[in-house]
Amino acid sequence: MNIALNLVAAKTIIRKEMVRVMRIWIQTIVPPAITMTLYFIIFGNLIGRRIGVMDGFDYMQYIAPGLIMMSVITNSYGNVVSSFFGAKFGRHLEEMLVAPMSYATIIVGHVAGGVLRGLLVGALVTLVALFFTDLKVAHPFIMISIVLLSSIVFSLAGFINAVFARKFDDISIVPTFVLTPLTYLGGVFYSISMLPEFWQNVSKANPILYMVNAFRYGILGTSDISIGHAYTILLVFVVVLFSGCMFLMQRGIGIRE
Amino acid sequence: MKALSIRNLTKTYANGNQALKGIDLSVEAGDFYALLGPNGAGKTTAIGIICSLVNKSGGDVEIFGHDIDKELEAAKACLGIVPQEINLNLWETVGNTVMNQAGYYGLSGKLRKERVEKYLRALRLWDRRDDAARSLSGGMKRRLMIARALVHEPRLLILDEPTAGVDIEIRRSMWDFLRDINEAGTTIILTTHYLEEAESLCRHIAIIDEGTIIEDARMSTVLRKLQREVFVLSLSEQLEEAPALSGFETRLRDDRELEVEKGLEADLNDLFEQLNARGIRVVSLRNKANRLEEMFMHLVENKGEAA
Repeated sequence: MNIALNLVAAKTIIRKEMVRVMRIWIQTIVPPAITMTLYFIIFGNLIGRRIGVMDGFDYMQYIAPGLIMMSVITNSYGNVVSSFFGAKFGRHLEEMLVAPMSYATIIVGHVAGGVLRGLLVGALVTLVALFFTDLKVAHPFIMISIVLLSSIVFSLAGFINAVFARKFDDISIVPTFVLTPLTYLGGVFYSISMLPEFWQNVSKANPILYMVNAFRYGILGTSDISIGHAYTILLVFVVVLFSGCMFLMQRGIGIRE
Repeated sequence: MKALSIRNLTKTYANGNQALKGIDLSVEAGDFYALLGPNGAGKTTAIGIICSLVNKSGGDVEIFGHDIDKELEAAKACLGIVPQEINLNLWETVGNTVMNQAGYYGLSGKLRKERVEKYLRALRLWDRRDDAARSLSGGMKRRLMIARALVHEPRLLILDEPTAGVDIEIRRSMWDFLRDINEAGTTIILTTHYLEEAESLCRHIAIIDEGTIIEDARMSTVLRKLQREVFVLSLSEQLEEAPALSGFETRLRDDRELEVEKGLEADLNDLFEQLNARGIRVVSLRNKANRLEEMFMHLVENKGEAA
């Protein structure tokens, strides 16, 4: 593999992705900021005052890490799935497929684009959160590494969704019917210690629970799950999903006839 | 040196359609090569396999000696492709479209900017570099695809119907441009439905039909196979009936236009001597139909039998 060529190609894809995000900023940056502001006002401020304290923190503080993580996850996924499927649908994906860069570079470039948009929106939502509550970072390394790994996992998942998608409906099925329910049931708004034991165990099968709680641990220092388990699950997902992406690209499934 | 070498290439689609039935092609470096065939003959499938957008079912493809199964990235680096369908990101600017493609081929820094400017100027798109691709006319989009394919200066350029739908002036300027880059050393493979285009530009021709190569030879060799030619003569004075000429068949198109059909062995000097003897003055002369078009129709209808 020509490393210099692939580095330039990866940088080009990332730049292209960022140009795209900024070109349609009204679709990519503004909506999550508005949605999360509403969450903070309604759930955090209005309803939260009646809920009181959760795990030793006021409710606004408690849900802030989960809401930041939720916006990172949905934007990372959404960026890759819409960009890659759009390129496939418009056939300009061929620009990349005919070029001498490796398939790994195409995947890494798009995933990096998803991560950057996820982090950009995450930073914006964090700024919004700071209008409503104080957030002090308890474990900076854990906070940064967990948000990065989670963003990578959902960018890779978005890539796989885009490879299989044949029409625009196909790129909204997973976010609507899988991602959103798992996120809402992933401990963003509550601690699973409030649930009966059976539902606590069911919740532990939800990978997003580990991401939200590990991220919350990074900021607030409290979590429902083991941080070690969260890292293990995230790393396994990164390896499995990246391997899946490589397999699909090499076989040409969904992208070559 | 072979720019492209294809051996026993086959492609069967999932629906059972056998698009290529074991074709062989060999294109010399520096050649200007026409790949012709009716719609659905297998041209675009063959090109798709060469540039790795279509998986082949069997056979071997080498680009400048690089086997696409073993050295795909090296093979791709030698290749530039202008597809039949517009496949531009219509929301991207003209400049970024070419700039990104240069990046995908590993070009960076000053060289990348110079190349982008060079090819956008050559294709007369430099003034539109900040406009979105969707704002370009059809002909401009085709020129942008050519600039995009050339920015890494490929050794082999494949153009799949590059002048489809563009007006005559732009088509002629694209021909001049393609001749120039071929003379500068780029091997070109062209598919087109304008057979005049292939005859004017290409030195070698392959005709594909129903997934099989039915002709593969130098253009001059193919055209020599044509047994008969029809000329239309414009006359200075009116004629009431077609003159009988020895060795030629004649018929009047109207009272000032005479159609003359000649065999391969008959020569035009003899024709003019006979016309002179009858006091018939010729103002101008042209081929009735494109010669390659006649040859193409004959070969496709008779599946490669000698004309």
